[in-house]
Amino acid sequence: MDPRITVIDERLRRIGRIVAVSSGKGGVGKSLVATTLALALSRKGYNVGLFDLDFTSPSTHLIMGIKNVQLKEDKGIVPPVVKSLAYMSLVHFSGDRLAPLRGADISNALIELLAVTKWGKLDFLIIDMPPGISDAILDLVRLVKRIEFLIVTTPSLLAFETVKKQVRLLQDLKVPIIGIVENMKTNSAKTIKQGTEKLGAKFLTDVPYDLKVEEAIGDVKKLLETVFAQKISEIAASKIT
Amino acid sequence: MHEWALAEAIITAVKQIVEKEKLRELREVTIKVGELQQVEKDILRFALSQLNLVAFKNAQFHIKKAKTTLKCRACGNTWLFNRNKLDEDTAEAIHFVPEVAHAYIRCPKCNSPDFEISEGRGVWIENIRGVR
Repeated sequence: MDPRITVIDERLRRIGRIVAVSSGKGGVGKSLVATTLALALSRKGYNVGLFDLDFTSPSTHLIMGIKNVQLKEDKGIVPPVVKSLAYMSLVHFSGDRLAPLRGADISNALIELLAVTKWGKLDFLIIDMPPGISDAILDLVRLVKRIEFLIVTTPSLLAFETVKKQVRLLQDLKVPIIGIVENMKTNSAKTIKQGTEKLGAKFLTDVPYDLKVEEAIGDVKKLLETVFAQKISEIAASKIT
Repeated sequence: MHEWALAEAIITAVKQIVEKEKLRELREVTIKVGELQQVEKDILRFALSQLNLVAFKNAQFHIKKAKTTLKCRACGNTWLFNRNKLDEDTAEAIHFVPEVAHAYIRCPKCNSPDFEISEGRGVWIENIRGVR
């Protein structure tokens, strides 16, 4: 018997809300939304954790410009506080090396980190999910009972088609969906908004394609000054808190 | 101490099994510790003794080490994990999350990072004995 699963509830007990930022497709800006949402909530005075679960392609550390953090142990692993966030990522252990993990390995690493990470008291834990509808999302829904999802798409129907499947999956599993963010918007079409409402989900906002975001990667101060961050901060203020 | 977090998980799991199986008295718990995670047996034993519930005070906790077998998915080669071939930082990273081994270890025969941990990954409860 694997004892680790039995202790996960206890590890997450003192966290107010657990929000997974997810998308059916990669490249829609999910990690940027997750990181910016965590930073925006923290700037509002909340205690926030950020958990990068995109084990094979982690990027939240690059977005925040984090290098060489020191882990602390206190009857478990205490996430280091960086940029005012309690921050956990597999890069704390693998550095910038490639970690090619198959489904069962991803599940095992996820269970390990959930079982040994001591988040303590947080108002919010924001989780940056890997793209797609596979082991990580199913494991998280199974193991983290209070999880809620915030889903990111682009205006592309290719991205939205997968998002629709993800929404239906979460609805079938009776997992709360906070809503959908349409990122990288370059026109005024209402297709995604209407499609979201048709699914019975909430359309949170559209975020214009912001060239300044790429220039701000690695610089949190610059990132929070972008139009992109302003839009995500509005969601943090009106839809999350 | 990472071992404490694992000990806490073991005690919680044992408690759940005792309740589920309606055991009146717990006699023996056998815990297997895979070499890959390099859990310190003495620290784990101490943590278990400190966290142990009064109800389990007469139970024996046995901790047994298990060899770690790795199997290459590319060429089929099977080999045993050897802690002595790793530097301190790498060993510590694998200690925290054994799957990180995929970032540091390659098949000694074909150099592929695509291998499976066939046996001896982490910590598991192998056997529980009690009286109903």
